[in-house]
Amino acid sequence: MITAILFYLFAAILLGSAAMVVGSRNPVHSVLFLILAFFNAAALFLIAGAEFLAMILVIVYVGAVAVLFLFVVMMLDVDFEDLRKGVQRYWIAGATVGAVLFAELAAVLGGWKLAPSAGQLRMSPVPSGVSNTVALGRILYTDYVFLFQTAGLILMVAMIGAIVLTLRDRKTSRHQNIRTQTERSVSETLQMMSLSIGAGTTASGGYLRPKEPEPEPADAHGGHGHDDHGGHGHGHH
Amino acid sequence: MYDFFHNTDTGIVLLTFIEALALLVPLLIGVAYLTYAERKVLAAMQLRKGPNVVGPFGLAQPFADALKMLMKETIIPSGSNRLLFLMGPMLTFMLAMLAWAVIPVNDGWAIADINVGILYLFAISSLGVYGIIIAGWASNSKYAFLGALRSAAQMVSYEVSMGFVLVTVLLCVGSLNLTAIVKAQQTVWFCLPLFPMFVVFFISTLAETNRSPFDLPEGESEIVAGFFVEYSSMSFALFFLGEYANMILMSALTTILFLGGWLAPFNMEPFTWIPGVVWFVLKICVVLFFFLWTRATFPRYRYDQLMRLGWKVFLPLSLVWLVLTAGVLMAFGWLPNA
Amino acid sequence: MAFLDRTARSLVLGELVAGMALTLRYFFKPKVTINYPYEKGPISPRFKGEHALRRYPNGEERCIACKLCEAICPAQAITIEAEPRDDGSRRTTRYDIDMTKCIYCGLCEEACPVDAIVEGPNFEFATETREELMYNKDKLLANGDRWEPELARRLELDAPYR
Repeated sequence: MITAILFYLFAAILLGSAAMVVGSRNPVHSVLFLILAFFNAAALFLIAGAEFLAMILVIVYVGAVAVLFLFVVMMLDVDFEDLRKGVQRYWIAGATVGAVLFAELAAVLGGWKLAPSAGQLRMSPVPSGVSNTVALGRILYTDYVFLFQTAGLILMVAMIGAIVLTLRDRKTSRHQNIRTQTERSVSETLQMMSLSIGAGTTASGGYLRPKEPEPEPADAHGGHGHDDHGGHGHGHH
Repeated sequence: MYDFFHNTDTGIVLLTFIEALALLVPLLIGVAYLTYAERKVLAAMQLRKGPNVVGPFGLAQPFADALKMLMKETIIPSGSNRLLFLMGPMLTFMLAMLAWAVIPVNDGWAIADINVGILYLFAISSLGVYGIIIAGWASNSKYAFLGALRSAAQMVSYEVSMGFVLVTVLLCVGSLNLTAIVKAQQTVWFCLPLFPMFVVFFISTLAETNRSPFDLPEGESEIVAGFFVEYSSMSFALFFLGEYANMILMSALTTILFLGGWLAPFNMEPFTWIPGVVWFVLKICVVLFFFLWTRATFPRYRYDQLMRLGWKVFLPLSLVWLVLTAGVLMAFGWLPNA
Repeated sequence: MAFLDRTARSLVLGELVAGMALTLRYFFKPKVTINYPYEKGPISPRFKGEHALRRYPNGEERCIACKLCEAICPAQAITIEAEPRDDGSRRTTRYDIDMTKCIYCGLCEEACPVDAIVEGPNFEFATETREELMYNKDKLLANGDRWEPELARRLELDAPYR
């Protein structure tokens, strides 16, 4: 009884906030409604007994993905009013495309037959005797380990590809090599000299200078802050 | 009586309510005295005495501060988004309280001893960033916004390595349940075999709670007060309470994961006489002292160094240690059977 | 080898531990705080605090209304009006110092040929209203009467250096 009430409550909030994601005028509000939608989805998972999925949904989507969404939306300052200008002119074309898509979806869903045992499976995604964390782990890492690893590999290739495509090492960029900065020791940089009074004046033969450092191999100059060394791939010049 | 509290709906709700009160009231008093302890410890390390006028040894100082906060005017900037502006601090405070539901203070003393307790905590702590982002954005102020962006980037970065540390611990336990994690430390606390992870975790919690030396989101010297520049009175106080409650929460988490929770340091007579709660609180206090100690010792990180530390040092380090732990457990057959 | 050495050093966090050891040492050191309203730090005889107008030992006020202090005051905080008294001596009828303008530079004290206007050792003269900080002649003379022993001692101590 309580479960049913909670289910309909969460489902209603989920649908409402999903509609608000599309409908709200302020993009930041959209993202916040999206987060609310994620939350309610997580709550539905909890009701269905899939607490692991619920937590992962919150951690991954709310805790990381939506933060980045919010980050980008806040930074970009997109004028969404401007984007909506053509609605009056194009609504017929838009509505037609939407209607066709909806009809296709309806056709697909209409021809979908549920498995005869789906009724019993519906609310018990957990095999008896183990928690759903263990069950998920078994499926991912034991039954389908190679598929899982392949999926991971593809994701990694995509990630590396994205980095390779977007990372530019500009000649003019300046960065510090923190390693060389922190590795400087007192003995390398500071030379203590005991001078008698007046020894530093021009009268007594000019200013005393610290000893010139011995010329180092060209490559060892990494961290003087202003060259483009320490970059990616072309450090030797 | 037992029947009423465990077998009727009203009873269960009432019991949960009482349990929550029994946890949250001491927690809030703890938060109040954490601010006092912070001022005292910082003062001592700077050769000062700290608050010592209000009450004996200044012990009533937190309450004087709270009263002062209450008396002040809540200012809502005219350009701000009113609803979100007020939601920010509330969210921070609520999340800091919410997380305590799963913390086992003693054997079986958790309000909700759920299967995925550690994931729940991780989820709640990763939500903490929203209070800050929302506050920063809703204030409609440059400093606040900069602070919000900084904290978003920082918390997302350090969560990654924190996640790996958690996984390392979970590998050694074989359960996501916090009580099980503590019980797995009967023989040896995890801070010894997993010492590098302990250090990584502690430093990550500093970053996660925006504590010095990672207090860039509020960096006074650069962006005034960061995300809470525009806040005053109780809305400010809620932020403050939330942050300190988060510190206590993170210390509790460190205690549970690495310092053996409520377990006595040695499983023998004089130590086991002291109840588990006392050990738990004592350990939290020690971790909190470390929080304050680091604040007194280290200057604030530069932003690029912060990012470098998170992504280029902690992430590889925790990954390597994770693989190493898994390998060792596998090789010696120490894997806990789930 | 040097690389390994440095990496190992940075991994054991030696420098961080050294820093924390230092702060922990300070944690237990005796504290330097003084319990202010009950204890106070020492004050130099040249300390420039609240102003006072002094009198001669016979009770005659020192100020001769030469207006040098008014002229030299960089903040123009001093206002003086003067006319001959019944006995023919020149005295002030009005001597005001706006303490909210005063920058406590001590030039009035330096300029005074008769050591009449001085800045005393008192720094605890905060008030609840702004008006109370507009000092008039009565207030300044009262200050002088109140602090005279201390003022005379300070002048005596500082005399060798003038």
